[in-house]
Amino acid sequence: MPKAVSAIAGHPLRMRRILVDGAIGAVAVAGMAAMRGLYSNELMLFNFIVFLALAQGLNIIYGFTGYLPFGYVGFYGAGAYGFALTVMHLHLPALLGMAAAAVAAILLALLLLPLLRLSGAYFAIASMAAAQAVYEVVANPALEDITKGPYGVSLAEVFAPAVSYYIALAILAGTLALVVWLRNSRFGLSLQAIRDDPVSAAMAGISVVRGRTIAWLLSALVAGLVGGVFAWHISVFYPDTAFDISISIFATVFLLFGGATTLSGPLLGVLILYGIYNAIGVTVPQYFQLTYGMLIVVLVLFLPNGLVSLLTARGIRVP
Amino acid sequence: MERLAKRFGGFRALDGITLHLHAGEVLGLVGPNGSGKTTCINVISGLYPPDGGQVTFDGQPIGAQASHRLVRLGINRTFQSPKPFLSLTVRENVDLAAYYGGREAPLGVDALLASLELDRMAERPAAELNSAQQKTLDLARAMATGPRLLLVDELAAGLNPAELARMAERLRRLAEAGLALLVVEHLMAFIDRVTDRVVVMAAGKEIFEGTLVAATQDAEVVRVFLGGGHHG
Repeated sequence: MPKAVSAIAGHPLRMRRILVDGAIGAVAVAGMAAMRGLYSNELMLFNFIVFLALAQGLNIIYGFTGYLPFGYVGFYGAGAYGFALTVMHLHLPALLGMAAAAVAAILLALLLLPLLRLSGAYFAIASMAAAQAVYEVVANPALEDITKGPYGVSLAEVFAPAVSYYIALAILAGTLALVVWLRNSRFGLSLQAIRDDPVSAAMAGISVVRGRTIAWLLSALVAGLVGGVFAWHISVFYPDTAFDISISIFATVFLLFGGATTLSGPLLGVLILYGIYNAIGVTVPQYFQLTYGMLIVVLVLFLPNGLVSLLTARGIRVP
Repeated sequence: MERLAKRFGGFRALDGITLHLHAGEVLGLVGPNGSGKTTCINVISGLYPPDGGQVTFDGQPIGAQASHRLVRLGINRTFQSPKPFLSLTVRENVDLAAYYGGREAPLGVDALLASLELDRMAERPAAELNSAQQKTLDLARAMATGPRLLLVDELAAGLNPAELARMAERLRRLAEAGLALLVVEHLMAFIDRVTDRVVVMAAGKEIFEGTLVAATQDAEVVRVFLGGGHHG
């Protein structure tokens, strides 16, 4: 390795960035851990963790490579059913179910690798169709003996909400650490280079296919693990719940609202928008669709690059 | 490269062209728009697979390898329209190439940035650079991979006279250091300052090889560039 390259790795500016990013991630995880003792609606807190992790998982593939999969929920559903089938049929411990959730999502991502040959809207729509196809298979009544078809699964034997809450927190912590690494490593920079210009990236010696594939698998892995821990925490669910397209939409909106490629953007997006979502749901549920829809329109019109662009447009680097 | 061919549908962009280039030599590739110059660079750099013929580098056929593998063999290029990574800083642009290029470059990143007068803007995003600076960054990124063959695609376009002179001097220094350079250019004054010999292309074929002075006196070259029928 050339001398100058190793000098860059220890750049003091980069060390400061890693510390700031790490501190933000640690505050987010510690905050969600502390909230469990302060707020009684654990399910709502759990859902916050789910979306905090999903928005960051989506950040890996969209923020760093520019691919926006509308069918991101497919990996989440694959993880949920990977967990459920392992626990139901093999009667294995929940932690092994989590491993199965990860494997299921990775296998689906490998199966869908050819989608990366598409780009833009074509990729987004194709990924949504793929997620729908997986849903149709899982929800098929003819597969009732295996997946329970449309009738849903019950995993009462492993139900342990306190444990699954902290496992979800651990997944969030791991995902945030992954994003911090991507933001501050040469591999993460190489992904951003591919996103900026794949031809130039290749002429910098970067393997474009390898970079995109790794980002795709990492992103799917996060969604699979989150889906798995969702199944563990909820313990009774249906294909419609695990493959609900609104999970993709929410994660996408939260990510875009905050600002992709950053660590703090998706965190802010979830905390603000999912906070508003829950507040509206509790106070004036009849106006929910209207309020949320208007919010998204305003976002697209006035902040297309997310909240963080208020600072980045002034040349300020956002963690 | 021997009898290289590339077709786009029914259009023959390269029609059996043969070029030889040695270490330390600067070969100019000139010709009217659409004659196949940039296609030639795109094929050698792995952007397009050839439809016929062979590219040989260091005595080994390189086939239709992916661009990043060719970079690691020692082939790199610049682009007619500069293509830096706009969201990254100048230093990150060059650092990535030095790291992933897979070859030891003669200069480290800092020295390379200084030699190309990019050191003062090293921590600025590439998007903030003007067009001439982005072209220089393209060159820096290519140089960071330690190439032995550098394909230079219209580097002079849009540069002012002072920038042209500096760029010509840089390319000459690279050749003196042993690099082989293939320079595609419309600006004949630049070609004259930089190259040892030129190949003139028309419709995907070579129509002349020799010095630039001889090329300007060749009847076929004059006809291709200025148009008109045969005299006499």
